[in-house]
Amino acid sequence: MSHQLKGLEGEVCRGVRRQARSGSPRAGDTSGRRSARKPTPKAEGPPGRRGAQPSQKEPPRGEPRPGSPRRKPTERTGRRGELRGQERSAAERTSEGRRKGDGRASFKEQRAPPKKEKEALRKEETWKRPRKPRSSSLASGNSGGESLSEEELARILEQVEEKKKLIATMRNKPWPMAKKLTELREAQAFVEKYEGALGKGKGQRLYAYRMLMAKKWIKFKRDFVNFKTQCIPWEMKIKDIESHFGSSVASYFIFLRWMYGVNLVLFGLIFGLVIIPEVLMGMPYGSIPRKTVPRAEEEKAMDFSVLWDFEGYIKYSALFYGYYNNQRTIGWLRYRLPMAYFMVGVSVFGYSLMIVIRSMASNTQGSTSEGENDNFTFSFKMFTSWDYLIGNSETADNKYASITTSFKESIVDEQESNKEENIHLTRFLRVLANFLIICCLCGSGYLIYFVVKRSQEFSKMQNVSWYERNEVEIVMSLLGMFCPPLFETIAALENYHPRIGLKWQLGRIFALFLGNLYTFLLALMDDVHLKLSNEETVKNITHWTLFNYYNSSGWNDSVPRPPLHPADVPRGSCWETAVGIEFMRLTVSDMLVTYITILLGDFLRACFVRFMNYCWCWDLEAGFPSYAEFDISGNVLGLIFNQGMIWMGSFYAPGLVGINVLRLLTSMYFQCWAVMSSNVPHERVFKASRSNNFYMGLLLLVLFLSLLPVAYTIMSLPPSFDCGPFSGKNRMYDVLQETIENDFPTFLGKIFAFLANPGLIIPAILLMFLAIYYLNSVSKSLSRANAQLRKKIQALREVEKSHKSVKGKATARDSEDAPKSNSKNATQLQLTKEETTPHSASQSQTLDKKAQGPVTSSSSSSTLLPAPRHLPGSRSPGSRPDSGQPQSQTHPWRSASGKSAQRPSH
Amino acid sequence: MGNKQTIFTHEQLEAYQDCTFFTRKEIMRLFYRYQDLAPQLVPLDYTSCPDVKVPYELIGSMPELKDNPFRQRIAQVFSQAGDGHMTLDDFLDMFSVMSEMAPRDLKAYYAFKIYDFNDDDYICAGDLEQTVTKLTRGELSAEEVSLVCEKVLDEADGDHDGRLSLEDFQNMILRAPDFLSTFHIRI
Repeated sequence: MSHQLKGLEGEVCRGVRRQARSGSPRAGDTSGRRSARKPTPKAEGPPGRRGAQPSQKEPPRGEPRPGSPRRKPTERTGRRGELRGQERSAAERTSEGRRKGDGRASFKEQRAPPKKEKEALRKEETWKRPRKPRSSSLASGNSGGESLSEEELARILEQVEEKKKLIATMRNKPWPMAKKLTELREAQAFVEKYEGALGKGKGQRLYAYRMLMAKKWIKFKRDFVNFKTQCIPWEMKIKDIESHFGSSVASYFIFLRWMYGVNLVLFGLIFGLVIIPEVLMGMPYGSIPRKTVPRAEEEKAMDFSVLWDFEGYIKYSALFYGYYNNQRTIGWLRYRLPMAYFMVGVSVFGYSLMIVIRSMASNTQGSTSEGENDNFTFSFKMFTSWDYLIGNSETADNKYASITTSFKESIVDEQESNKEENIHLTRFLRVLANFLIICCLCGSGYLIYFVVKRSQEFSKMQNVSWYERNEVEIVMSLLGMFCPPLFETIAALENYHPRIGLKWQLGRIFALFLGNLYTFLLALMDDVHLKLSNEETVKNITHWTLFNYYNSSGWNDSVPRPPLHPADVPRGSCWETAVGIEFMRLTVSDMLVTYITILLGDFLRACFVRFMNYCWCWDLEAGFPSYAEFDISGNVLGLIFNQGMIWMGSFYAPGLVGINVLRLLTSMYFQCWAVMSSNVPHERVFKASRSNNFYMGLLLLVLFLSLLPVAYTIMSLPPSFDCGPFSGKNRMYDVLQETIENDFPTFLGKIFAFLANPGLIIPAILLMFLAIYYLNSVSKSLSRANAQLRKKIQALREVEKSHKSVKGKATARDSEDAPKSNSKNATQLQLTKEETTPHSASQSQTLDKKAQGPVTSSSSSSTLLPAPRHLPGSRSPGSRPDSGQPQSQTHPWRSASGKSAQRPSH
Repeated sequence: MGNKQTIFTHEQLEAYQDCTFFTRKEIMRLFYRYQDLAPQLVPLDYTSCPDVKVPYELIGSMPELKDNPFRQRIAQVFSQAGDGHMTLDDFLDMFSVMSEMAPRDLKAYYAFKIYDFNDDDYICAGDLEQTVTKLTRGELSAEEVSLVCEKVLDEADGDHDGRLSLEDFQNMILRAPDFLSTFHIRI
């Protein structure tokens, strides 16, 4: 209770000081404004411009306005006034919570009502204090550096910090701009004035310097942010799309842009650390067999048809794994290329994982809802269904229609929620649909397996046609093109709610893509194993050829024989490059199919509908073909799987990322154009916000799935003996061991060996599991506590309400009217103490009433008197102001110390 | 960017950056948008803070707002006088609140004011009816509208006083998954 008294005492002092100062009109004006501003915005709820005290809000702008016509004080009934009390405290709570920057304060206040009053006083204190030094600036301001006591310093420091916080959070305040500007200027002037005065002697210098640096740092940060926003590309394009199609379609483009950024980083990593060093410092083309086109392919190596298949010169270039030499260091920099190759391969995955998880986490941080959204169906529809981004009348029409439908749907749901249809038929249809879809999935999987097997046979034959060479890619692309619509047709049987249907659809397409990809991988793995088993014989042949060449007779032994031309050396099939080429082809064909689909399916269709409509027997635009909608889910899944292929392939084809960057860049422009020119806004609008994290989740899954095969090949397959940076080693990761042994000091090698010991790894994994378990249980208990708190708040509200309804009606009418009009005058005149004091008292009184409910039933007498209940008998209200007046600058910090004394109690 | 422009002083720009969620470039862009609305009205020199208002008819015809059923409310809420005629400050305020960076609390506060048609600091049944009518362009029948309003009050009215206070509204909107993404105007 003691700090509460102190706070009150400060309040009284202030009141007196205010009276004293009111001699000078300017000071009186500002003080009146300030003191009135603090309670009144709360009292009237939002501190907006309307309400009962427009005039007091206006002075800074200097344009007085007549009171709002909508509200007249005389109309206030007892019920209304009584409610105002509650509203005031509610508004107080919320706006205070906002001011503090987090919800902590508001929770606290709700749980511990008696503190609220004190808190309010303290707030008032903090609001009042800054003005103080100005009024007594001669005393404290100018003498700043010399004679400041410790406490005073602490006070000023606190104020400065507070002001700084205010400056930083100014943009979060729901004030009109003029007020924000004034406040900002005042706060800045204050900070400017006082932060230099802090510290003593040398400390002062240091402090001033630190402040200067801090200011510079803020400026730098702001410039940096300015620069950063300038660097974000396609902002206007996406805005255009957003306004035409709503946020859901734009979410795809934002996702695409994000993906482009990620790929740019990967591209920089791979090109900067692998390809460019190899090109600059590695052995040139044609120097060794792996960097030379074999004799048999030489004549066709430059043909476009060959290059298009990534054979010929492209196959023997730095874009693929096979080109790299296993020399430990290259060039004068002694750059360890094999090591770099390995580390870049690992860090591509590491970076991708990190960035995906980070963006997922930041997405979840924004959303606070925890599965209790079902209670607010209609409210959400009412208040959040309009997409404010829409700036196109056609989209707006669709939105109106969809909102109307959704309202009607909800009404129907509500009215006949327990009406049952023929449940057996529905069940049967759903089972049938799932059966059909599983058949489709299996069929597509088998088809791919079959095709890949066939392509292996083709690859052994000579003279295969173009179709036979590209059969795999064509079949996969066609499946990707035709299966989703097929699924959609089948899904019509199921008769799900559209939103659930969409989820099923997404899941099925995902399963299709995943199945196709993994069948492809398995078949490819077969191929790899085949090649590996052949490798031994090829190795023998190579050895034998070289041996024969150098030891053959018919060459005189005095002259050393010129080395065999690298193009003539027989070589193995280099399965790594083959895998890389497969992924490269798949990516390119996927890109082409996407573009052709857009061109044919969207653009030509749109042209046809648009121009043939003049001479057709039915209305094409409204009727059957119509314009295409933008297929968000298909496009997103396509993008995700494409990225999965990039992740898988980039280890064996470092150039793949470069191609992907080009692909994303072109598809950004192409799809932007296509969507604006030939698509129409969705009829059925599906939500974008939640699905964003859904996309990220899918991406994470795909990333993990594409990590598996790569990790498998690195860990358990021997690299080819005559190509790639790891040739000659037993396993690819041996390069790590080699580097540790040769380039690091021995004790580091020992440490690494020790770390790799299973005896250490297994406990570490166990420890991680324990940590996960522990954190999981902590988060569970926290969420339980959260739920309990929420329940408590709810209960508190109920209690309040019941009290109000019982007590309020009788007493409210006469008790509230008087102080209300009184406070009204006070806020409007805002000059003298006699009026402001009852006002603030009445405010605290109302707070009290809310806080303590039935205990303090509000009576008119107690509200009118300046809170006799609170004033301690030991301190007469008169004595304090007398002593306070002459040394007014000492007061604020006293109350500040009172405030700091209050702090620990929280 | 930077020193070429003489529309604002450096301090003004800094202050605007402190008071809004915009960068310098965006503020300039917004100014030009504002100026484009009424080129003959808005001077190209704001260093002396001229008292200029662009009438609501022009504000409401911006492509960002023209299809919004609540455009008039938005303009009224953000204009100083409550009549929809906006100064540059109001204009910046509006788009700052509507920007992507604005926190949920701030947005919820202004959303509440926008949906509070009669400015009595409560969203009452009448306000809800107006909202529904605007959202559906009056396609729902009177019974349906009243049913919807009843339902909304039933769901969101925490203290059962027959109308939504700011607190009720914030409590509800805090859980809305789509609020932040839809209550947003990209400029």
